[in-house]
Amino acid sequence: MVQPDLQTVRLSNGKEITVHTHLFINNEFVPGHGPLIETINPATEEVICSVHSADEQDVNAAVNAAATCFKDTWRKVAPAEKARLINKLADLMERDRDELAILDALDNGKAFTVARDVDITDSIACYRYFAGWADKIHGKTIDTTFDKMCYTRHEALGVVGAVIPWNYPTMMAAWKFAPALAAGNCIVMKTSEITPLPAYKFAALVKEAGFPAGVVNIITGYGHTTGNYLSGHPLVSKMAFTGSTATGRKVMESSSTSNLKKLQLELGGKSAQIVCADADLDQAAEWACGGIFNNHGQSCNAGSRILVHESVHDQFLELFIKHTKAMIKIGDPFEEDTFQGPQISKAQFDKILNYIEIGKKEGAVVSYGGKRWGNKGYYIEPTVFTNCHNQMRIMREEIFGPVVAIAKFKTIEEAIDIANDSDYGLAGSVYTTNLDTAITVTNEIKTGTMWVNCFDVFDQSTPFGGYKQSGFGKELGKYSLQEYTQVKVVKILRSSKI
Amino acid sequence: MNMTTSFALFLYFYLVNTGLFINNEFVAGNNTIETINPATGKVITSVQAAGSQQVNTAVEAAHKAFHGGWKTSTPRNRARLMHKLADLVERDVNDLAHLETLDNGKPLRNAQRDIIDVSNYIRYFAGFCDKLHGKVIDTQGKLSYTVHEPIGVCGAIIPWNFPIVMLIWKVAPAICTGNTIVVKTSEMTPLSALKFAALVKEAGFAPGVINIITGYGHIAGDSLARHMKCDKIAFTGSVNVGRAIMKAAAESNLKKITLELGGKSPNIIFDDVENLDEAVFWSRFGIFYNAGQMCFAGSRIYVQEGIYDEFVKKFEKLVLSGKVGCPFDKSTFQGPQISETHLNRIMSYIDIGKKEGATCHLGGKRVNNNGGYFMEPTVFTDVKPDMRIMREEIFGPVVVICKFKDTKDVIKQANDTIFGLAASVFTSNITRAVTVSNALEAGSVWVNCTSIVTENSPFGGYKQSGIGRENSEYALANYTQIKAVKINLNSKL
Repeated sequence: MVQPDLQTVRLSNGKEITVHTHLFINNEFVPGHGPLIETINPATEEVICSVHSADEQDVNAAVNAAATCFKDTWRKVAPAEKARLINKLADLMERDRDELAILDALDNGKAFTVARDVDITDSIACYRYFAGWADKIHGKTIDTTFDKMCYTRHEALGVVGAVIPWNYPTMMAAWKFAPALAAGNCIVMKTSEITPLPAYKFAALVKEAGFPAGVVNIITGYGHTTGNYLSGHPLVSKMAFTGSTATGRKVMESSSTSNLKKLQLELGGKSAQIVCADADLDQAAEWACGGIFNNHGQSCNAGSRILVHESVHDQFLELFIKHTKAMIKIGDPFEEDTFQGPQISKAQFDKILNYIEIGKKEGAVVSYGGKRWGNKGYYIEPTVFTNCHNQMRIMREEIFGPVVAIAKFKTIEEAIDIANDSDYGLAGSVYTTNLDTAITVTNEIKTGTMWVNCFDVFDQSTPFGGYKQSGFGKELGKYSLQEYTQVKVVKILRSSKI
Repeated sequence: MNMTTSFALFLYFYLVNTGLFINNEFVAGNNTIETINPATGKVITSVQAAGSQQVNTAVEAAHKAFHGGWKTSTPRNRARLMHKLADLVERDVNDLAHLETLDNGKPLRNAQRDIIDVSNYIRYFAGFCDKLHGKVIDTQGKLSYTVHEPIGVCGAIIPWNFPIVMLIWKVAPAICTGNTIVVKTSEMTPLSALKFAALVKEAGFAPGVINIITGYGHIAGDSLARHMKCDKIAFTGSVNVGRAIMKAAAESNLKKITLELGGKSPNIIFDDVENLDEAVFWSRFGIFYNAGQMCFAGSRIYVQEGIYDEFVKKFEKLVLSGKVGCPFDKSTFQGPQISETHLNRIMSYIDIGKKEGATCHLGGKRVNNNGGYFMEPTVFTDVKPDMRIMREEIFGPVVVICKFKDTKDVIKQANDTIFGLAASVFTSNITRAVTVSNALEAGSVWVNCTSIVTENSPFGGYKQSGIGRENSEYALANYTQIKAVKINLNSKL
């Protein structure tokens, strides 16, 4: 059954918007052959609309469109022209900032103001940052012996596959598209079937900006079908994946049985925030609060364990709860003062509530929250567990919701050991005014990002990515360019008669 | 058996401890494996082989050494130890070369060159120990910087074709960046690594920093690839095993991986080549060196039609002048293949080539010599692009030579492969040299030469020839992980 591409959707405030629901392949919206998938509004639990999804034939069409475009067109486009196109795309995103934010808020449930001022704003900045790199991809000349000319080229990979999650729909797309395009690749991206709408609006802007057909292709579908076809496709040179550790393993396995494509995995986390006795406690409490409750706890880098020095634990807890009450206004995503919207889906909602029960059974104490909020929409109260220890499941397993586990420590060495006692290694923070403590802790914690006296502070220019089972490879910053290029060395020998 | 071989055997009895080298001690394994001299087919000796228990012991030793002091060792100290190790390798170059030739079958002077390369590699990376730079990145209101940290325990699984060179390609960058390492050598060529292990201890490395074991791939190799305390695996070998390694990493702890796999590298000779004799020299070197047992071997030669006949004539003459014989004999160019199994496999490809309708222009037969695994250097002509001998990696002294007319067409044929390890172009025209090397899908492109691999330039594959680059500054990325630190200076909420 084929539905028309454009569908009208009514928002909770009565406003109506038009959304694309077809696959975006070769600069055209096409229905594809996969099943229609309903996308749900998590604030109302109602269906927003259905979207078309990609089956194996469609994935193949998208990959072939990208491959043909790379070979015939995109690789011959001058870097400065690539930069101009990416900047033009950023301009159009600025022009349509509100519309993009509406779609993020509608499909994901995050507050409209957050979508507009954080997600979309940062996404635009990401495109502009990487546009600047497009004409600065440098190889080296290497002096080996007198009779040779030796140099390296950092070439594009060709066709890049990307699978992104639902937690920051537009921003997760930007983190993949921007460096991939700047490095000269063509892309096929599978969005999450839970949040397919924002990327299709973005797709229309890609076409309007003037990108040649086939540079950017956006499809959606289930991970175990559409995602799987993409991970296994022989013409895809690299897969960039953000999602769960369990699915990350599958992507890697798929590469091992197909064409050994290069990989980049951005997986889960259980990041520890360490509050030292000499910290500015009020500041620490406020940063730590955002560190777990931002995006309703649905961040891979969420600071979901807080380790507090025993001498300041009670004082910190009081401040933390004070900030939670003040900061976290739960409500409809389109209300102006909403901070926290609903969780993404029924499945996640049930999972989080189940973890709250597990925490109670394990002997942790609910010091705040712990329940569903309201009786419609997947809303959960920000929840604070105290009296935790690091062997509890709520301290070890990723909950991906607004639930934080707080534990005490006696010495900084103990805090470091607890923080490192995890299979994950994505992020972390330390709150202290002491220089030695700051350097020691940031050196010792095995994670890809360490924040000092802050949390969740992102820049386009600094790399982000995990240690251990939080994944491998870096996003953002100059470091990410090497994920999207391959090195060729050329060695020219002078004839011996010279 | 001649004088040189028996001298070598005499030497090794005094030089090589055949245990597993773990924690600076040679210990017993789970079982023993015999290692064969491919020049005679006779057993040299048995060595201890690791089962999963011994792999665990080695990884635990490396883990303890990393956390016990190596992680916090000063760069200067690491560099000093590495230079000392290079000194010892230079001191014992003859012992190491003789062992390498005995175990692998490569001509002695090639083995000597390999050992000298090894000491150069160690010194090159020793120089990097104190030059591992992160960045300071300008961001508002914060001090943001990156640290390039060691990963921890690195595992390496290496092949038999360049035993000690392959060992150092992994050990040197791993150690200079502050990691500890467990290397599983090929059970077919364990000896030079065991001699090297004794030098590691003599140089003064702390126990557990460098561990060298051997064993079967599907037992010891698999164990290492799956070990939860091994944070990275570097593998050189076949594509099939590369897949298994990636799968093992996915199923265990998602350890970082680098893979150095197979190749079917094209060697393209244009009729405007500066000097045809030089092109012939390099082309022959590019396939018949090391008895064709090189991942980057230029095993497909494309010659432009104007010079085809002359090239083939000169090539044949040069190939026939190369002696196949005992590797300790100074006049030998080509030693034996590594094993009976491998020789059989190469010979079966020769049968396949003939059945497919290609012409076996030169060679094609085994050579009887003292019970060893010798064969003639072999040349096929009249080959079609879809023939198996054109597409599949033979890993032996077998080359196919094709005629071509048109540049666009030869580039297409050159790139029509799942591999992408290396390629060569012979021309005197600068535009052609650069445009053709740009168009070739390969990690190394040689112009007017072949097979020049050095410690200071990157080496690695496109497509299914692998992931990651070894050697040069590029290799450091394989053995470090990046941490971003952001210190808030003045942003209060």
